[in-house]
Amino acid sequence: MLAGLALLALAAFMLSLAVGSVRIPLDEIVAVLLGGDASKPAWATIVLKFRLPKALTAMLAGAALSVSGLQMQTLFRNPLAGPFVLGISSGASLGVALTVLLAGVAVGLGGSTTLLAGISLAGDTSLALSAIIGSGLVLLLVMSVARRVQSGMTLLILGLMFGYTTSALVSVLIYFSVVERIQAYISWTFGTFGGVTWRQLQVMAPAILLGLAGGHLLMKPLNALLLGETYAQSLGLNVRRVRLGIIGSSAILAGVVTAFCGPIGFLGIAVPHLCRSLLHTSDHRLLLPAVSFMGATLALGADIVAGLPGSQLTLPLNAVTALLGAPVVIWVILRQRNLRQAFAG
Amino acid sequence: MRNGTVLRTRDLSIGYRRPRRAPAVIASDLSFSLRPGELVCLLGPNGAGKSTLMRTLARLQPPLSGQIWLDDRPLDSLRPGQLARRLSIVLTDRVDVGAMSGYGLVSLGRHPYTGWTGTLEEQDQQIIQWALQAVRAKDLADRLTIEMSDGERQKVLIARALAQQPRVMLLDEPTAFLDLPRRVEVMDLLRQLASENGQAILLSTHDLDLALRNADRLWLLSADGELFDGAPEDLILNGAFERVFSAEGVTFDRERGSFHTRQEASGRLRLEGDGVAAFWTQRSLERIGYAVAREGENGDFASYASNLHPAHSVNGAVTVCMQDGSPIYMLDIEGRKQSFATLNALTTYLRRGGARGEADAKADKDLYARR
Repeated sequence: MLAGLALLALAAFMLSLAVGSVRIPLDEIVAVLLGGDASKPAWATIVLKFRLPKALTAMLAGAALSVSGLQMQTLFRNPLAGPFVLGISSGASLGVALTVLLAGVAVGLGGSTTLLAGISLAGDTSLALSAIIGSGLVLLLVMSVARRVQSGMTLLILGLMFGYTTSALVSVLIYFSVVERIQAYISWTFGTFGGVTWRQLQVMAPAILLGLAGGHLLMKPLNALLLGETYAQSLGLNVRRVRLGIIGSSAILAGVVTAFCGPIGFLGIAVPHLCRSLLHTSDHRLLLPAVSFMGATLALGADIVAGLPGSQLTLPLNAVTALLGAPVVIWVILRQRNLRQAFAG
Repeated sequence: MRNGTVLRTRDLSIGYRRPRRAPAVIASDLSFSLRPGELVCLLGPNGAGKSTLMRTLARLQPPLSGQIWLDDRPLDSLRPGQLARRLSIVLTDRVDVGAMSGYGLVSLGRHPYTGWTGTLEEQDQQIIQWALQAVRAKDLADRLTIEMSDGERQKVLIARALAQQPRVMLLDEPTAFLDLPRRVEVMDLLRQLASENGQAILLSTHDLDLALRNADRLWLLSADGELFDGAPEDLILNGAFERVFSAEGVTFDRERGSFHTRQEASGRLRLEGDGVAAFWTQRSLERIGYAVAREGENGDFASYASNLHPAHSVNGAVTVCMQDGSPIYMLDIEGRKQSFATLNALTTYLRRGGARGEADAKADKDLYARR
């Protein structure tokens, strides 16, 4: 089953290299990937310079968001949890907005070119860092409240409120910002895998691989947490440390993706449900790799659809993930008799 | 080790620490011990702190003061993994593990023994099978937990706790959501586990009858934090039950080992007859508030007959006799005899004021006659 999912992800990967505004035959792609020459020099450029980083980004982002979503659903014992719902992405948005917009304000008011230069120099890293900090702070806030309230519903409302608060703060920032900066921010919120360059991938890929590795290291504690925190503790789990580990890896995953690709919704919620239903299990030893592959596949698929193959147009990525993801969530919920069982899959 | 203690406490104080206020002490000066192979039932009124005591013993919350030893080692000196190999718990909370088989759920109990991936070795698998066998739930191994009944799930959860191979098992109201046959089954199971495997089992329950019948010892925790420790029968005889459960309107019946609401007796009835039918006749008469004296008891009334109001007393008799294999109930009040085929008919008649009604009607008639 896992091998099947891995093959599916590989197929989606090759397909995403092949299709786009120009169709490139598969054997040519393989030749280019193996370091050979394509029959048209432009094809090598298209594959290596545009499609390969985009496909890699999509895979990484899809896996990252899905693992993050699975971790949140298990940690909070809530089927509707996910990086987006709990406000982690909102936190990342605020972090990015502060970096992009506030820098713009500083530049606009003070005319300080050194600050602008400083930011563009540190560019990739500072954007990712601000997103990680933003998402991490929101998660810690959610967790500290989560320890006081027991009801998962309260937490969801809380995440919603964080979302409202951050978007309000972003509105304020936008109001005082300059047009180019606002445009940069808005297009960031549409979400895209295409904006990530090879240089940025050098930051993004290690961070996400680290987060994924961290997430997979937590497979045993996550299984114990299925019983609830009290049982997990009685099984010898250091719940506080595990919770921090889960939050940490989840924040890195969701934060980094949000920083480089924008706040991409739905994948994080939908993929874990899809995998539970497909595999009929809640064992994280199986689910973690499964959601990674499935997330990568669906992200690639969404990207292919967003690219509208054969045309010069592209759709905003978030529109596509929501259009694909929302029916999945609806299907999962309707298929089950109630939410508790929906969680069970 | 069989005669030693596996868990003991000295001067233990339990409760909750509160910020900027004195801690809320629930019970203090608790000194007790658990021996291997022993089933102990913890009883007490709601809010007495049964769960707090269990949580403290499981190190889910710190004691306010005092010491707890597990396996002759201070509880707080054990690392989480060491503790999990010595002590396991079964909680009242419903667990929702999603799509997981009974086997999968029990295998979570191997957590303290497996590596970072949680991979089950040959030995782990044998122990899981043994645990399922021990709770007679082998057939549940492949069933999904979401498809199990409450009783089945409880058995699997007990097997999970067993798979931890603990020295001590703590169970918080393990029979709470079960129907009566399932309660008896689970309690019986726990008693056998204790005596066969040498585990010390402490469980809290509200099920007085089952606790009295199965426990090697009872711990009664009173609302003011006093713990009475002893064999069930000792605690009945020395009045501990009355002390712990003394509440407005409820009394403990030492003879039957049960509680009933204190109510003014509507009258006295002498009961003649024996066997099962007589026993249940007595129960039904007591239920509707009569003090019953059995033949051969020198006219001693049941303990709550002391509340008998003299004005209401009606001295009558009920005789149970068998006719063609089924009981017939004869009521005799002041010479007026009446027979009933069912206890329902008898009690309905009595409840309608039958006995007293007769007497009152007679008094009225006398009054008329004098006029």
